[in-house]
Order: sequence, then structure tokens, then C-alpha cells
Amino acid sequence: MSITNRQAPPPGPVPGASAISGNGGGDTGQQAAAVRLTDVTKIYGSGGSAVQALDKVSLSVADGEFVCLIGASGCGKSTLLSLVAGLDTVTSGEVATGGRRVSLMFQEPALLPWLTAGRNVELALRARGVPRDERRTRTLELLDTVRLTGFGGKRPHELSGGMRQRVAMARALAQDADVLLMDEPFGALDAMTRDLLHDELERICAERTLTVLFVTHNVREAARLGDRVIVLSSRPGRVIGEYSLPRMGPRRIDSSEVSEVAAKLTDILREEMGRHGH
Amino acid sequence: MATDQALHGLDSLELAPARSRDPGQLARRAWAAVWPKLLAIALVLAIWELIAATGWKHYVLKGPGPVFANLWDQAVHGNLWSVIGATLQSAVAGYALALLIGTTVGLLVARIPPLRAAVGSIITGLQTMPSIAWVPFAIILFGQNPAAILFVVVLGAAPSIANGLISGVDYTPPLLLRAGRTMGLRGLALYRFLILPASLPAYVAGMKQGWAFAWRSLMAGELVVSIIGQFSIGQQLDVYQQNLDFAGATATIIVILVIGIVVDTIFTKIDRTIRRRRGVLEEV
Repeated sequence: MSITNRQAPPPGPVPGASAISGNGGGDTGQQAAAVRLTDVTKIYGSGGSAVQALDKVSLSVADGEFVCLIGASGCGKSTLLSLVAGLDTVTSGEVATGGRRVSLMFQEPALLPWLTAGRNVELALRARGVPRDERRTRTLELLDTVRLTGFGGKRPHELSGGMRQRVAMARALAQDADVLLMDEPFGALDAMTRDLLHDELERICAERTLTVLFVTHNVREAARLGDRVIVLSSRPGRVIGEYSLPRMGPRRIDSSEVSEVAAKLTDILREEMGRHGH
Repeated sequence: MATDQALHGLDSLELAPARSRDPGQLARRAWAAVWPKLLAIALVLAIWELIAATGWKHYVLKGPGPVFANLWDQAVHGNLWSVIGATLQSAVAGYALALLIGTTVGLLVARIPPLRAAVGSIITGLQTMPSIAWVPFAIILFGQNPAAILFVVVLGAAPSIANGLISGVDYTPPLLLRAGRTMGLRGLALYRFLILPASLPAYVAGMKQGWAFAWRSLMAGELVVSIIGQFSIGQQLDVYQQNLDFAGATATIIVILVIGIVVDTIFTKIDRTIRRRRGVLEEV
């Protein structure tokens, strides 16, 4: 595989007409940014064993925008989300969310196995200090939202992978976040389930005007979901391209538009991977 | 709402169909669990009977018959129940105190790094210490009275309980911690809602091991420490030993064994219930 990658000709005209290429910068929009990263650098460890995960990454996500972050392994995607979620601190640069509530979803549902689906959702409400009576009704509403009406009494291990991930989504929504950070949330699911959950995520985002920063290494998924796709390089992570998808609205993952965009993204990623194949 | 329908369809396809439990199957499973035990007991009794029949050490050694007759006699005419009562009273008091101390120490050590550096390995050291070694120390310190026995039992059980809790806290899955922090759980709330419930299986395992140590320590203590006006299992065993009463001593050993097994079974049940609820128990 890697040999063909290296020999592959450079991808055609820089990613499409609508691409705003650029390392850093790139944000000239007048819209209020829900998330703004300015020259963010993250280095783990120090001295000889230091690993640079992110190198001067600048990007911004507008309110209500759905941005996909894509990159090969080692591009610091997960690091970036941890920084935005406030679970980790930057080495230099700035992360601003303007006081917006941020919640994070992982590739694994990360549900507490000793609580039922409903209690898992309720715990997120409780952590925010929602009063007991309100918690009950909100939990039921949230389970309805992810179409798990009637499954509140089941424990995580009694549910399928897709259902667990929807409970995790309900829990993330329970945090009443304005910004939803998703770290390959559907990566462990089969294609059919993932396809349905794309539809669901799109519906929920539309209903709640959520801002989403969605990390994936699946180019089709990025092309299917994003209003904008940001491509990161690997080791260290840098923004090497942005791909603005004209608001085509809901689209199917097997549509020709999605395939076309996915092909272009693949080209950029292969070129990037080729740089590392020495 | 095609998505909706497809999703509901997929959900019901992916959920395992509920397993029907007919009584016949339950009975078969119970039998499958019981017969190997019965067979093992029968074998032991048979070998014991055989040895007795050879006449080896016939002046003291008795077969199962006389021993069980002795046990029956103790239960019906003797003081078996009051003796068991006295011992269980010490066991419950000692274990409860060990639970309190072990849990407190475990929590503090798990939470405060310098404390762990200071006493973490001492706890493990105490755990491996044979409890009989504490008996002289306890008698010197407290004299021939219940406090000495309590002391030995607590020192036997508390380290296991503390260690169980500490390892439970240590092995809380990092992913769950991340999820908890994302939800905004910090400090005590993180402990209350996430770390402690996550530690429960290891804590129960520690409690179970703690019970085994408590029971051993209690027997060691009772054999040596004689308390006036409180006749316990251990003291009775000591009396039988002095009278070279093989049947009485063996009957008492059987009582000790059975109590140990019964309590252990209770802990195993609790452990299985917890694991089943969390979906980490392989149903056979």
C-alpha cells in the first residue's frame, strides 16, 4: 500500500475550487466563532522524549457549524479535542470557546456499566445540578431524542453497540452543551448502523442548532457530514487544508457528491502519508 | 420516517432474544453444580472410613460414624449452638471493625499520594503476616480478654479490605474517568458517582479475602486466648485437644469448615450479582 502511495502523483488542483488552503490563519469569517484555536501547540513530555502533537494549529468553528477534522494516525485529532474540552492544557497558543458549554463523546460509549441507560443520562444532569423532578422528565425526553424510548431501564451490556453510542449521545446532550466534540464516535460501529446514526446526528443537530467538531479518519464520513472539512498533517498535527462543502444539506453517503469529495480528501491524505514513508 | 423505522428494526435485530428459563433447566443446572460436591464429600468419607478400618492409631482415630454422632450429640445435648454463637459474635464484631478501619485507611491511602508512599507497602506486608504471630503481642498488650481477640481479627482482615479498595480505585478505567470529568464531575462527586462504584468489585473481593483472614485469625486467637465466662469454638477445640478427644476435635473442625464455607458462599453470591449487573459475568 505505502509504495503505491509514495508513487501516486500529487493530487490534482489543490482540493477543489472551494478549498481555502492554508497553514494556520484561514479564518476570515465575520460570524461569531463558537470555537477558536489560535496557534495552538501541544508538546507532551520534555527533553529528548518530547512529542509534539500539534504545531501552531489555528482554526475556528462558527456557531451552528458542523466541522469534520480528518487526518491520518498521529495527527493529534484527539489531543485537539481534549484541549477544547478543557481536559488538557495547551503548551502555547490559545483555545477559546467564549464560555460555551462543551461536551465530548468518545469512540467507545464509556457508559458506567453499573447504571442503567436512563441513570447514565441522569448522572450528567445531576452533575450540572438539575433538580430531581426535572431530571426524570429530561432523561425521558433525551432518550426519546435518540430514539431509545422504553430502553431507559436496560443496562449498557444489554444494549447493542449502536444503542450504547446513542445513550452516550443522550448523555452528551444532557450536558446541555452548545458545542459537541465527537472523537470518532461511530468508528467502532458497522457500516449500516453508522449510516443510520449519521441521519440521526444530522436531525439532532438541526433540532438543537449544535456546533459540532467531529473527528474521524473516514473520508466518506467527513464528506457525508461536514459543512467544512479540515485536514490535518501527522506528527506534528498541522492544518494542511480546508474543504468547504457548499451547503448541500442532507446527503446520502453513497451519493456522487460525497464520493467526489471523499476522493479528493483521500488524495490529500495519501500525499501526506507518503511524506512519512521513509 | 424511514430512518426511524430502520433504526428500530436494527435495534430489535441486535438485541439478544430473551432467554426462557424453564424450571426443568434450572433444576438440571442446580444438579450439575451439586453432584460433583456430593461425590467429593462421599470420597473423603470413604477414604476416612477405610483408614479407620485399617486400625491405624486405633487408640485415638475414629471413623466418620463416631465423629458425626459426637457432632449430633453436641448439637442436641451439648453446648454447640452457644459456642457457635459466642464465636460468631466475636467474628461479627471483629469483622465490622476491620471493615470500618480497612475502608477508612484504604480510602485515605488511595486518595493521598504521600500517605500511599508511606504505608502502601506496609499494608501489603501486614496482609502476608501470619495472624498467629500477633497473638502473643495482643495478650501482652490486652491480657486474656476479648480485646486481644478483636485486635488479632482486625489486623488479619483490615489489610485485605484496604488493599481491595485501593486496587479498585487504581483500576478505575481511565476512559470512565475522562467521561466523568467531561460531565463535570470533580473531587468528591467524582469519587461518589464514579470511582467508588467502579471499585466495588475489587472492594468486595477484598472483603471476601478479609473474611477468610478474619476467620483464621479468630480461630488462632480463640485457641490461645482463654476468656472466662465465654466458651468459644476455639476454646472448645483446645479442651478436646487436652482430653485427646479425636471425635470431639474433628466434629469441631467440621463446624469451623462449614461456617467458613457458608460465609464465603455469601460473598461469592454478592460478587456474582455485581458482575452480572455489569455484564462481566459469563453465563454458563
